[in-house]
Amino acid sequence: MFAIRYWSVVILIAAGAIGFFVWNTTGAGGRYDFKLGLDLSGGTHLVYNTDTSKVGSADLQDALVALRQVIERRVNAFGVGEPVVQIEQGGALGTGQYRLAVELPGVTDTAEAVRRIGETPLLEFKLVKKDAESNFTDAQGTAIPSAFEETGLTGTYLSRATVQFSTGGGQVAGTPTVRVDFNADGKKLFGDITSANVGRLLGIFLDGKLISAPVIRDKITDGTAIISGSFTAETARDMVRNLNLGALPLPITLESTQTIGATLGSDALRAGVWAGLAGFIALSIFMILWYRLPGLVAVVSLTIYCVLMLAVFKLIPVVLTAAGIAGFILSVGLAVDANVLIAERLKEELAAGKKAQDAIREGFARAWLAIRDSNTAHIIAAVILFWFSTSLIKGFALVFGLGVLVSMLTAITVSRTFILALGLDEKSKLGRFFMLSGFHK
Amino acid sequence: MNIAKNLKYFFILPGVLSLAAVIALGMWGLRPGIDLSGGSLLQVTYISERPPVEQVQAIAKPLELGEVRAQPAGELSYIIRTKALSNDEHNNLTTVLSGLGEMREDQFTTVGPTIGAELLQKAWIAIALVVLCTILFIAWAFRGVSKPVQSWKYGIVAIITLLHDILVPAGLFAVLGHFVGAEVDALFIVALLTILGISINDTIVVFDRIRENLRLNEDRGKREELDEVVGRSITQTIVRSINTSMTVVIVLAALYFFGPAATKYFSLTLIVGMIAGTYSSIFLASPLLVVWQKWSAKK
Repeated sequence: MFAIRYWSVVILIAAGAIGFFVWNTTGAGGRYDFKLGLDLSGGTHLVYNTDTSKVGSADLQDALVALRQVIERRVNAFGVGEPVVQIEQGGALGTGQYRLAVELPGVTDTAEAVRRIGETPLLEFKLVKKDAESNFTDAQGTAIPSAFEETGLTGTYLSRATVQFSTGGGQVAGTPTVRVDFNADGKKLFGDITSANVGRLLGIFLDGKLISAPVIRDKITDGTAIISGSFTAETARDMVRNLNLGALPLPITLESTQTIGATLGSDALRAGVWAGLAGFIALSIFMILWYRLPGLVAVVSLTIYCVLMLAVFKLIPVVLTAAGIAGFILSVGLAVDANVLIAERLKEELAAGKKAQDAIREGFARAWLAIRDSNTAHIIAAVILFWFSTSLIKGFALVFGLGVLVSMLTAITVSRTFILALGLDEKSKLGRFFMLSGFHK
Repeated sequence: MNIAKNLKYFFILPGVLSLAAVIALGMWGLRPGIDLSGGSLLQVTYISERPPVEQVQAIAKPLELGEVRAQPAGELSYIIRTKALSNDEHNNLTTVLSGLGEMREDQFTTVGPTIGAELLQKAWIAIALVVLCTILFIAWAFRGVSKPVQSWKYGIVAIITLLHDILVPAGLFAVLGHFVGAEVDALFIVALLTILGISINDTIVVFDRIRENLRLNEDRGKREELDEVVGRSITQTIVRSINTSMTVVIVLAALYFFGPAATKYFSLTLIVGMIAGTYSSIFLASPLLVVWQKWSAKK
């Protein structure tokens, strides 16, 4: 008896500590805050189909990895929190077409997001018009389009780009620059442009933005250009990678998009939390009124269950979506099922004239078979659901499956410990009132 | 409860409901959501006043987006369904809509036809898998009891009961689809799969008790007709059958009434499936076991 009381105190203290952890890390951001899915936080989910027909099967994996990296880099440039880029395989059995899934939390301008993901960095060389050499940028330093004339030389003529550190020559030694090597056609074109326009300014544009506008000092026939903007080592490296990875390794087409506004998301989150609380309270009232003491124990172990689940969500971490919250609420209802089975068994054992403590042990032991069987059925369903679900509803299957596992622990171990620890006597009036509830014959 | 006497009445409720569900499904079918059929869904909220539906449709007409279905939602919102829109078409649509008054875009979803078809295919496989795994599992869990009922029969009966449990909510959605335009989406399928997984509970509770009573009888060398064992088992377990479902229905009702719009129909599907699962374990599963046993004993 002492041991069991000792354990129930330990469980309560541990649950309290975990509860404190959950409470303390919520809303603070950081590693252990709840992770919210796009449908609760607002954001955009894009799915692209990839065209792998032109890639041999040997290079396919490399091409997919490269594709993911390029898209990831472009997505990271959005500066949104924790974007996710994944390669998935479609088809009913997961053997179909490869797809690229992009999640952009906080981005609600789909059109802009799609444009920026789909774009390839564009390198252009444009001559500054002779009469505009003194004022080809406005006060903010932005290029004035009318001050430039096209040369036809673009990044498509690029063979490769590298980072170089200048060795002097009008630059502080060691300043990072970007060296561009043109292919044969580009070399000729660049030679023609430079020879015809010695002394003029050549504007270098990346994605329509003027990077630098050096003077053409001499004709350049070796097909290399040095771009010296105000680069840091890092921005120079980024630019080189942009230029080299300019074209996507695989063509992609947009298959589906999903955008959820921040208002709708936060409304859904609030509604989900309220529904969870309301459900918990209604369920507690029902359990206590119907089953009295075992009901109260069920509520205590259900509270521990909720605390544990919330901690698990934070530790794994599980990304919570509307479907995930629904899964959690459902799992709360299922978690007490074991308590119902146990409480009913307990009544039977007592009715059969067993002593209270024996009845409790026996009741738990005999309820175990039915609990095990129904929980196994749940786990089977959860695994298949997880396989079936697509991103936003996968959370449901995950939370549901986790809930089944955690509830086995709390309903059996925790409830049993508490009810034994109370040490009720079936002969006392109080004991009978607390345990023998509901309808009897 | 005397099963032997009242057997034929037991099948009335599940029989009538199943028939009604089949008729509703046959007459109206289910209305697939865009994640199954492909298409676009745009939800916008007007800040001060919502323009009339006719105006929305009229203004969308010149964009040639095919059929544009605008459905008022909440107090100031519209849910607009179209074919799958391209990025530009989506832009054009939001531009003309914002011409009708200041508004905000709440959500926009486009699903290409291949993903929808694939999801549907996956759904069938998933349902088949759950059914198969459940038969195998029940047959295994009840392997110890082969007299007088073979363990695989428990599995088959459980599956027939489960099919009834998902037929009823499916029938309800055929009715809702016809009268209030309710659509079935991926979440609906998830709900059906969940019902398959959890409404088996009640059936397991009753079967578990039948198994235990049969074993006790065997130990004590007592002879008792199967229908009497089943009847006694139902009486012993009816309260917990109802209460285990009740706990789930309570929390799902909270989800339905207070929860987010996205999971309203989802919780409704589950509630109906759970209730169907509770009465079917009493009125369908157990009597079916008896009838089957009697029928094969006659042969």
